[in-house]
Amino acid sequence: MLKYIAQVVFLLIVVSGCATVEPYDYTALKANSPRSILVIPPVNNSVEVTAPYSFLSTITAPLAESGYYVYPVSVIDTFLKENGLPTPAEMNSVPLEKIDEIIGADAVLYVSIDDWGQKYNVLSSITVVKGHLKLVSVKTGELLWDAPIFAQHDPNSGNGNGLVGALVGAIVSQIAGEISDNTPMVSRMANNVAINGPKRGLLYGPYKVIKAEK
Amino acid sequence: MKNYLVIALMGLGLAVLSGCATTKTQYYWGEYENLVYQTHIKPEEALPIVQIEKLQKDIQKAEAANKPVPPGLYAHLGLMYAANGDKSLALDSLNKEKELFPESTLFIDGLINRSINNEVGN
Repeated sequence: MLKYIAQVVFLLIVVSGCATVEPYDYTALKANSPRSILVIPPVNNSVEVTAPYSFLSTITAPLAESGYYVYPVSVIDTFLKENGLPTPAEMNSVPLEKIDEIIGADAVLYVSIDDWGQKYNVLSSITVVKGHLKLVSVKTGELLWDAPIFAQHDPNSGNGNGLVGALVGAIVSQIAGEISDNTPMVSRMANNVAINGPKRGLLYGPYKVIKAEK
Repeated sequence: MKNYLVIALMGLGLAVLSGCATTKTQYYWGEYENLVYQTHIKPEEALPIVQIEKLQKDIQKAEAANKPVPPGLYAHLGLMYAANGDKSLALDSLNKEKELFPESTLFIDGLINRSINNEVGN
């Protein structure tokens, strides 16, 4: 458990960094106050082919928990594929007017992924998620909100066992990495910081239930 | 102030990482996003019939936990029913999505109208 907390703290330190956060300019977001968000399957600039859809399985919850209606990502993907757009790259070129006419979303979330997956080094294997989120108004095309996404997870960060421990750790996590993909977990971390981070996170949408203790 | 921020962030981090019962999410998430992952990355592990079973269980668990199901769950269930050849259950699920989240109306109506001529889903 302590190791677990240490990992979380490590992740958060890595993710939050030390720089002071400039407050985001929410003028356009507030003026548009979207109710619904269409997430287009991400553009993949990483070498990991599963990145777009692994990411897609981690974005509904943070957006919905922030109070937005999020269109069903797999249904949308199927729909777009059936309509002649077989890849995320092509899906990202759908004109906003078409989205307005056929899907009726208030805003579109465009996602680009720049780095994704496990990096095998000699002494460690870390999992990295890096990219960018961009929320655009469907009616006006204005940029409503954007944020970098970044998180990395080092499964061995809690082991203070010196060289031997580090070597064993690297081997264990490389083997384990072949069995289970921990990119969704790291992607959730990255999204969480981007969407719920102070000063420049996404503002709450209309479905948000504000509880007294929050 | 800085301390509170760190504690709040830790809380958020833990909430996201632990992912199950104790988190204070607004919706009951259950398997939905895991199924999205499997649908695209390991489809052989998530045949429509398996997904239907899991999603129905989630709907029951959400009810028991007195939480709403998340946006998209019923539409995803509809897609799985359609893929399984269950047209009327697919329609029921799509309509349920619309009822819970009216923002989906235009999209869902389009799917339903097209399904009169073509099949929804694969």
